[in-house]
Amino acid sequence: MSGFRHDLVVVGGGPAGVAGALTAALAGLRVALVDSSARLGGQYFRHSRAAQDAPGGAPELDGFLRRGRALAERADLLLGHRVWHVSREDGGLAVHCVTPDEQPLTVRGARLLIATGAHDRVVPFPGWDLPGVLTAGGAQALLKGSGVLAGRRAVVAGTGPFLLPVAAGLAGAGADVLAVYEAARGLGLARHPVLALGKAGEAAGYALALARHRVPYLTRRAVVAAHGDGALEAVTVARIDAGWNVVDTRVVECDTLAVGHGFVPQIELGVELGCGTRADADGSPVLVVDAAQRTTVPGVWAAGEPTGVGGWRLAEVEGRVAGHAVAAEHRASTRASTRASTGAPAVSGGGHGAPRALLARRRGMRAFAEALQRAYPVAPGWQGWLRDDTLVCRCEEVPVSRVREAQRLGATDARSIKLLARPGMGWCQGRICGYAVSCLAGEEPRPPKRPIAQPITLGALARSTDEPTTPNTPDE
Amino acid sequence: MSDVIVVGAGMVGAACAYYAARAGLDVTVVDRGPVAGGTTGAGEGNVLVSDKEPGPELELALLSNRLWHSLAEAGDFEFEPKGGLVVAETEEVQRALVGLAGKQGVEHAVVAASELRDLEPHLAEGLAGGVLYPQDAQVQPMLAAARLLELGARSYGHGALRLRLGVTVTGFVRSGDRVTGVRTSQGDILGGAVVNASGTWGGEVAALAGVHLPILPRRGFILVTEPLPPMIRHKVYTAAYVTNVASDSAGLETSAVVESTQAGTVLIGASRERVGFDRTTSVPVLARLAAQAVALFPALRDVRAIRSYHGFRPYCPDHLPVIGPDPRAPGLYHACGHEGAGIGLAPATGHLMAQLLTGAAPDLDPQPFRPDRFPEEPQ
Ligand SMILES: Cc1cc2nc3c(=O)[nH]c(=O)nc-3n(C[C@H](O)[C@H](O)[C@H](O)COP(=O)(O)OP(=O)(O)OC[C@H]3O[C@@H](n4cnc5c(N)ncnc54)[C@H](O)[C@@H]3O)c2cc1C
Ligand SMILES: Cc1cc2nc3c(=O)[nH]c(=O)nc-3n(C[C@H](O)[C@H](O)[C@H](O)COP(=O)(O)OP(=O)(O)OC[C@H]3O[C@@H](n4cnc5c(N)ncnc54)[C@H](O)[C@@H]3O)c2cc1C
Repeated sequence: MSGFRHDLVVVGGGPAGVAGALTAALAGLRVALVDSSARLGGQYFRHSRAAQDAPGGAPELDGFLRRGRALAERADLLLGHRVWHVSREDGGLAVHCVTPDEQPLTVRGARLLIATGAHDRVVPFPGWDLPGVLTAGGAQALLKGSGVLAGRRAVVAGTGPFLLPVAAGLAGAGADVLAVYEAARGLGLARHPVLALGKAGEAAGYALALARHRVPYLTRRAVVAAHGDGALEAVTVARIDAGWNVVDTRVVECDTLAVGHGFVPQIELGVELGCGTRADADGSPVLVVDAAQRTTVPGVWAAGEPTGVGGWRLAEVEGRVAGHAVAAEHRASTRASTRASTGAPAVSGGGHGAPRALLARRRGMRAFAEALQRAYPVAPGWQGWLRDDTLVCRCEEVPVSRVREAQRLGATDARSIKLLARPGMGWCQGRICGYAVSCLAGEEPRPPKRPIAQPITLGALARSTDEPTTPNTPDE
Repeated sequence: MSDVIVVGAGMVGAACAYYAARAGLDVTVVDRGPVAGGTTGAGEGNVLVSDKEPGPELELALLSNRLWHSLAEAGDFEFEPKGGLVVAETEEVQRALVGLAGKQGVEHAVVAASELRDLEPHLAEGLAGGVLYPQDAQVQPMLAAARLLELGARSYGHGALRLRLGVTVTGFVRSGDRVTGVRTSQGDILGGAVVNASGTWGGEVAALAGVHLPILPRRGFILVTEPLPPMIRHKVYTAAYVTNVASDSAGLETSAVVESTQAGTVLIGASRERVGFDRTTSVPVLARLAAQAVALFPALRDVRAIRSYHGFRPYCPDHLPVIGPDPRAPGLYHACGHEGAGIGLAPATGHLMAQLLTGAAPDLDPQPFRPDRFPEEPQ
């Protein structure tokens, strides 16, 4: 037996993390799951307390909540805990957290599953920093939280399959959605790929919702500027070509703009552990995993968006595959150590242990996810929408002109642009501006380095090596 | 063909190139990466006279301090002569501090325990006193390096300072014994002299010319907090730092230097450890830096760290930089190995180098920094 309190520690309580944790827990492993949110759900199943207490809403959410309850009975849930760092330690993994009351807590386990999801990919344009301009994920969060959008005149723009749920959500919340402007080539709503993403019912529902609210869905269009004095008042909508160069423009009055340009997988915990990365179909760095969702670092698995953006169903399937694989490896290592102690020869680690049907589903969904990424590329023409004073980095208030100045001074890559002009040095550590800065530097985005993945008070950090809360206790 | 080829576009290379161009030399700067992408972009910008023992390094630091002031007037980069406050935890340390300050012959003021809070209102209670060094300053090293290169190119001659980025030096061009240029990933570049300003990689570059320089990496971590309203006025550090700098220990040493920056963040650095080029973040090291910062400024307890980074100081066994011509390879000069003081010492290094290159009488005796002072590597 491993000398750890937990056989598996999962970071992330979205569809991938919950599926992985539950699968492993059902196989008898001692599991801990850590998430910074107060409730399980992740990006897609973010829900209010009311929804949790009164099931009977959307069937998918009900299903997720059921699995969440099953997990709560079988595993240690550490909600409201932010993971600020992970490290290897004594043959296992140490997951360094900050508790809701800002105390340090280290959770130790023999294995780690990284299921940290993704964040919005942000493409800046003049005015994107005005109040009233939201990211797709931000709009979603607002919708699933309080729903203060009723009566707003809203425009949805950007590219990718997830503009539809955002538009449908806004319309459903009582906003007047003026249009959805999709930058990609027109497939038309009827052949929209989100229809194929999962159950036709869900996607058709979005399409129907848009039709019911008479929301036009226009392709090869983009919002290239937002205007307003202190808050959003109007946007410039352009017809664009395949390279996203502006063909012609008009102004549309609105007070809410939701912009989505896809997602950036959140892989910094894996990067810190030295996990191998690769560029996904859309160029995003993602963690390399094998058929069993194992990363290149022994003892570390990854599932969901960190291995490639593909929607909640793929995330969940990957989580289950990882859970099976972790359980198989746990069994194999337990057997091996039993044999070792009885003098029998050790066997090599277990297979992936996941049902074939699950693997086949994953294969199909992954291929589709990649096709989607190719169908909704971000084309370089957006750089032509920028003005000298357009902010690239909001945290440090770095405009385009300062990025260009840094380049003139000899910054030849994104890192040196950051060193000379400070984009990415603030609160979000480049989560917001990183993509844009890479593009401006003319390079593919590189794996993010964030040794402190989440802020931690110096007081908590000072005590993070001496806290005794979940010690590396020998087995009972 | 240039008069001088400078290998390395860090702070030291930039200063060498700037002063050489100013002295009328035609300069080409070669770096395998961007400007300031090496240790210059992975450290801090303390320009200190306070932490040096009397001797050649202090001489160099004092010269550099003066030069920094005049560069700051010409260049467009952050330079803040905010002063350094070294504090002592015990009476005994305070006596040692005061003793050191007396020997340094550097402008300073002894600060009694009761006066500490007048200088730094948020300092912890119970400290025994300190010494204030008004000459200590802060510079933004990356921007300073970039601006010096720009200034050198713009102000002196016509395109007399050329920057070749993304070009890796892979060897040297020789004419007989003499070094007459560098071989690079993009062809040969010829020059009258070559200055090795490749910092922590100075030993590797020297080895390409067949000469031994014992430069080793000494890792340091830095913590950066969220932006705050100005809270700390000086560079503040404990006297333990003074003993760490000159230490030969391979083990971990930390003594936090704490200061506010113009961006509002508080910088806490830095640890010293000899662990090769190991890039793994060490939680115990970060924890210790945080603990020391909180011990100095209890109000930092509830302030959040948002970032951390690390770099590798170019470290020589005798803690002195290598500056000057290498008699073992005529035509090759070195300006590297400045350990934790390369930013502070860069202008004086560049200034001396320009004097040595042009045959002018050097302002300082370069003997203590000569490249062949180390025992040859055992075969
Ligand atoms: C607007 C919008 C609409 C969408 N619509 C659809 C749709 O219609 N159909 C579809 O299939 N998909 C949709 N998606 C995508 C879907 O949300 C994701 O594919 C899915 O959530 C991925 O699941 P995951 O488990 O990989 O990550 P997430 O669900 O993102 O979960 C990751 C979890 O990790 C936690 N976490 C991350 N880092 C840390 C840390 N350092 N410490 C502690 N916790 C951490 C987060 O708090 C989060 O709870 C949509 C997404 C958005 C934004
Ligand atoms: C944590 C930490 C804190 C520090 N704090 C301070 C401080 O407060 N004050 C201070 O004065 N100093 C400080 N330092 C030390 C200081 O950063 C260094 O001494 C200084 O940056 C060295 O500058 P450099 O130009 O010699 O080297 P670098 O900046 O490393 O430049 C060397 C350049 O050479 C290039 N190069 C290497 N090999 C080749 C090749 N084969 N071909 C082409 N190019 C090559 C590299 O790409 C690099 O850009 C600190 C260092 C660390 C790590």
